[in-house]
Amino acid sequence: MSTTERIRTIIVDDEELARKMLLEFLASHPEVDVVAECANGFEAVKAVTELKPDLLFLDIQMPKLDGFEVLELIGTDRAVVFVTAYDEYALRAFEIHAVDYLLKPFPADRFETALQRAKQRLGGKLPPPADLATSARPPAQHLERIVVRDGTRVYVIPVAKLDYAEAQDDYVALATEGKKHLKQQTISSLETALDPQRFLRIHRSYIVNLERVTKIEPYSKDNHVVVLSNGSQLPVSRSGYARLRAFLDQKGQRSSR
Amino acid sequence: MHPILGRLRQLGLYLLAWVPLAGILIYLMVRAGESWTTAVAMTVPLCVVYAFLCLAAWYPCRATPVDQSSFLKLALTHFTAAMLLSTLWIQLARALAAGLTRWAGFTGLDTRVTGYLPLIWVAGVLLYVLSVTLHYVVLAEQAAREAQARALEAQVLARDAELKALRAQVNPHFLFNCLHSISALTSADAAKAREMCILLADFLRTTLRVGRQETISLEEELALIRGYLAIEKVRFGARVKMEEQVEDETMKLQLPPLLLQPLVENAIRHGIAHLPEGGVIGLSTHLNHNTVSIVVENTFDPDAPSSLKTGLGLENVRGRLQKRYGNAADVTVNTDNSLFTVRLRVPMQENGDRA
Repeated sequence: MSTTERIRTIIVDDEELARKMLLEFLASHPEVDVVAECANGFEAVKAVTELKPDLLFLDIQMPKLDGFEVLELIGTDRAVVFVTAYDEYALRAFEIHAVDYLLKPFPADRFETALQRAKQRLGGKLPPPADLATSARPPAQHLERIVVRDGTRVYVIPVAKLDYAEAQDDYVALATEGKKHLKQQTISSLETALDPQRFLRIHRSYIVNLERVTKIEPYSKDNHVVVLSNGSQLPVSRSGYARLRAFLDQKGQRSSR
Repeated sequence: MHPILGRLRQLGLYLLAWVPLAGILIYLMVRAGESWTTAVAMTVPLCVVYAFLCLAAWYPCRATPVDQSSFLKLALTHFTAAMLLSTLWIQLARALAAGLTRWAGFTGLDTRVTGYLPLIWVAGVLLYVLSVTLHYVVLAEQAAREAQARALEAQVLARDAELKALRAQVNPHFLFNCLHSISALTSADAAKAREMCILLADFLRTTLRVGRQETISLEEELALIRGYLAIEKVRFGARVKMEEQVEDETMKLQLPPLLLQPLVENAIRHGIAHLPEGGVIGLSTHLNHNTVSIVVENTFDPDAPSSLKTGLGLENVRGRLQKRYGNAADVTVNTDNSLFTVRLRVPMQENGDRA
């Protein structure tokens, strides 16, 4: 094993004592360079984008962005060791090919094992990237906010503020409060993550927030458009129109009951 | 099957009670001119058989409980049963007499028995009524015992639920994070690690102690909250700030234990923990016209995903207040921009005067 190869490392934890402990354990490994310490998800995204570390020690429960959302924004082309007091995220960590999962509090030898695993991972081939946008969401729960990165800036969009989403090649454009944010995700993957009672796929390229829809108008012989409360118009496909009608009928029945 | 048939001792006592009854019948027959032998030979088998027949009253008694059946239904049921049993009994008496007539010394009994039949029939009806009365007494006693057992069981269940709720109060992740902080401190700042151990031990001990009490004073609850916050301050550092505005005259207020501490814990878990720069937890109490209002408020990140757990903790508080004060207490929750406020209103009660 070559000791000349440096391992650029970032520690992310909102508790200072927890960061100190990792620093202390890492002190006996001169090949590890801790290039940044971050106290929240925003700082982590910024630091990872700028410093391109090889290894990340990542807490899960943090302010602003949780550990999974951080990974969703920065991708997994590095070794990740989760450090958390919660054991219920272990399965999701496994699904996104995390190197290890340290449960607080952990002994020094358990930490050493995690570091060894990280080194092996860095020496070998990285696993294929997982569908992070899907894994970052707890199963059987609908997405409550969408995270988007623009360079080192991070936007957190609560789904209630999302007007609609539009497919653009490999990206989706998220329209919210008069702005559009691009996110690398397929529109189908976004569709499955959103609550079907609040969002509807009205077109191959469009998902609409149903609360924003003010009216549906005929456009041509077979086509319709929906008009949103902010005035924007979105095309509705034939199957999309059927889905929209079905939803409105169902809602009408429920409210008339 | 009748329950008495399974218990030999009780069955023995029951049959013993029939001895004087048989004696009376024998005496009546001797008075009517029968020999002692004849009277005994007739009465003893008849009484033994009827003793068992009367146990059959258990079935109509169970089918028509006194407190749930109309008088008409009761009268009709037992009248029919009495008729049937007495008629069966006199038929048996006749058959017995016919059998005994063949033996020397009993000649003519089969014709003489006709004179006793009305007596036997009336005795049969009276004995059945007696049996019914006894059965109702036994059934009532049994029901009372069952009700007592059920009440006891309900009490145990309630206590059990209380204990479980209490155990859930101390959030395991709070403990894990604390232990991790202590573990981090041991090499960096051993004195601080020791201090944290003591804070944690004090908090847990107090939680267990007050958890066993029905009520504690607001002063005690506040002391517990301060102990809890001292621990969270080691973890979160300057991110946790506490502002207290408590009136002295509210300090003696008696409250169910661990009512406010979970609210403060929620304020940290769902409020402060999501704010990178931290935030403020406000706690104030105010006495007004014999009602104490307690307000716990905290800043929070409006963009953070709303958690279902907050609601659960509040439901628990609401349920406990409702159970103790009924409609005299209430809980209101207010979310305003980035301030989350829980306001409790409870009647001022000091030690000893429970309304």
